[in-house]
Amino acid sequence: MTKYILKRIFYLFLTLFIIASLTFFLMKLLPGTPFSNQNRMSPDQLKIVKAQYGLDQSVFVQYVRYMGGLLQGNLGTSFQFNNEPVTALIGQRLAPSMQIGAQAMVVGTVFGILLGAVAAIRKNTWADTLATFVSILGLSIPSFVLAVLLQFYLAYKWRIFPVALWDNFQSSILPTIALAALPLGTVARFMRTEMVDVMSSDYIELAKAKGNSSWKVVTKHALRNSLIPVVTIIGPMAVSVMTGSMVVENIFSIPGIGEQFVKSITTNDYPTIMGLTIFYSFLLIIVYLIVDILYGLIDPRIRLGNGGKE
Amino acid sequence: MDKILEVKDLHVDFDTYNGVVHAIRGVNFHLNAGETLAIVGESGSGKSITVRSILQLLASNATISKGEILYHGDDLLQKNAKEMDNLRGNKISMIFQDPMTSLDPTMTIGKQVAEPLLIHNNVSKKDALKRAEEVLRLVGIPNPAARMNDYPHQFSGGQRQRIVIAIAIVDYPEILIADEPTTALDVTVQAQIIDLLRELQQKIGTSIIFITHDLGVVAGIADRVAVMYAGRFVEYGSVDDIFFNPQHPYTWGLLDSMPTLDTNEDARLNSIPGTPPNLLDPPAGDAFAPRNAYAMQIDEEQQPPFFQVSKHHFAATWLLHPDAPKVTPPAGILNRYEKFKKLGGNAK
Repeated sequence: MTKYILKRIFYLFLTLFIIASLTFFLMKLLPGTPFSNQNRMSPDQLKIVKAQYGLDQSVFVQYVRYMGGLLQGNLGTSFQFNNEPVTALIGQRLAPSMQIGAQAMVVGTVFGILLGAVAAIRKNTWADTLATFVSILGLSIPSFVLAVLLQFYLAYKWRIFPVALWDNFQSSILPTIALAALPLGTVARFMRTEMVDVMSSDYIELAKAKGNSSWKVVTKHALRNSLIPVVTIIGPMAVSVMTGSMVVENIFSIPGIGEQFVKSITTNDYPTIMGLTIFYSFLLIIVYLIVDILYGLIDPRIRLGNGGKE
Repeated sequence: MDKILEVKDLHVDFDTYNGVVHAIRGVNFHLNAGETLAIVGESGSGKSITVRSILQLLASNATISKGEILYHGDDLLQKNAKEMDNLRGNKISMIFQDPMTSLDPTMTIGKQVAEPLLIHNNVSKKDALKRAEEVLRLVGIPNPAARMNDYPHQFSGGQRQRIVIAIAIVDYPEILIADEPTTALDVTVQAQIIDLLRELQQKIGTSIIFITHDLGVVAGIADRVAVMYAGRFVEYGSVDDIFFNPQHPYTWGLLDSMPTLDTNEDARLNSIPGTPPNLLDPPAGDAFAPRNAYAMQIDEEQQPPFFQVSKHHFAATWLLHPDAPKVTPPAGILNRYEKFKKLGGNAK
């Protein structure tokens, strides 16, 4: 297992290197320049500014310089956001985005599993119908629509939560719900389908024949075996929650990182684009690594290293 | 002999989209302490449903509409869910057909074998696992101590069936129900599993109900045999009674379609023509009548009662009625009667 994880970490850096290189050259192909007032600058001024940011060099030299800095953990300074170092920029804006993203993933996955399990155990009853209805709503309502609806009713009309504020845990509840709807719906659908299958399998019948109560049959045998497809979709789901969070952050005025990402692209803020891309990639690779490790923990047939003599 | 289990007039119905299927239509039998009763019949005859009714492990659309299942005189059909949980895996346990799918793929086999002990007895996890290891050795898993933490996919089909058997016997059940335990295994492994069951029966003194459609397997393990057709028993008796003095034309058909050592190499194997009746609308008379070359008018109209052939041998066919005309069974069956006489039996 340790060897496997070390191998994966090596691949993580390799992947990051490739992503950083690709992004660097693609970014240079973006039309426009980082300087919004370029037209009003004299050629000499422009030359000075470009030299200051190292943009007068050939793209290849810029690439080598950037990668050199990256190796030392230096992501450069932003062109747009008050000349701040990109690391500091990410550092400040990261916490709120990560908080609502992680909360939404946890809430969505846990409640999705519960909802799907209830639907499967009470198959073809009103509980199943209700669970299916809720999960289809979660799947089909876009997060920004849900966000606005939650904001209007729970915050504006009934005043249970703040409309758009970022200070304590309470202010994170509405954005979390808005973001959790999609993972909840997805997980519940997958969970129900798989668990219906599992509940009719031979080993569940054997578990009953051993004298397990219905509750124990579910908790000791059915749940774990139903989780495998759910784990599979956690990775892609984390991607959509993280990217989907930008709009929701905007609606609730959360000082998250999504806004910077969009702005950095429209203004050709090269160091910020690079920094955020590398950072998001790193995060997603980590999520996939965790998913792969979870697989092995849940299903011994997928376990790596010492596994599989048939 | 002690009757430890007695099934009386069992009826099981299944609710389906097409209507109610009367899958079991009045089954009566008993099980003596320490014996092996085999129930044979073709697919869909109701063998599995009959034994699953005992443990009440039926599909959700099944209802036991009538009957009694007496375990030491107590009707199991009157017990609540918790009382049934206490019996399952403890007093009455079950071995399933397909060892490839009947073990939980995500649990170590040590834990799976120890599970019934932890459910039913007040034992520590450590003691339960120790006992599981002993039982795994008993069923012939090599080096059980090292393999306790392995998962089902790390075992072969035959070994997995041994593990399933270990789970069934770990709590010394009084009754072991084996639902076609050898069907999914290849022939050499089948023989090993049958030997193992016989050996275990002697060691722990359990009674076995053995379901199969393979008459060859029956001869190897059973004390008594019941032949089942379309949701009813048609004939039951000792192994010798059924194999060498069969009376019901369906039993004749089954035995005649089984190749024996005397079967000529070039001969075509016999089969029973036709298909079993649709139990959505069960026939009024003998369900086998439409496929029966010896059927009489009354077979179509009226269900035959059980006629006693010898002390423990009964068959439900009108051919045994005193007024029935004498018929000559197929040649293969007449050969069997000859053997029965040599065995000292009193063949008809």
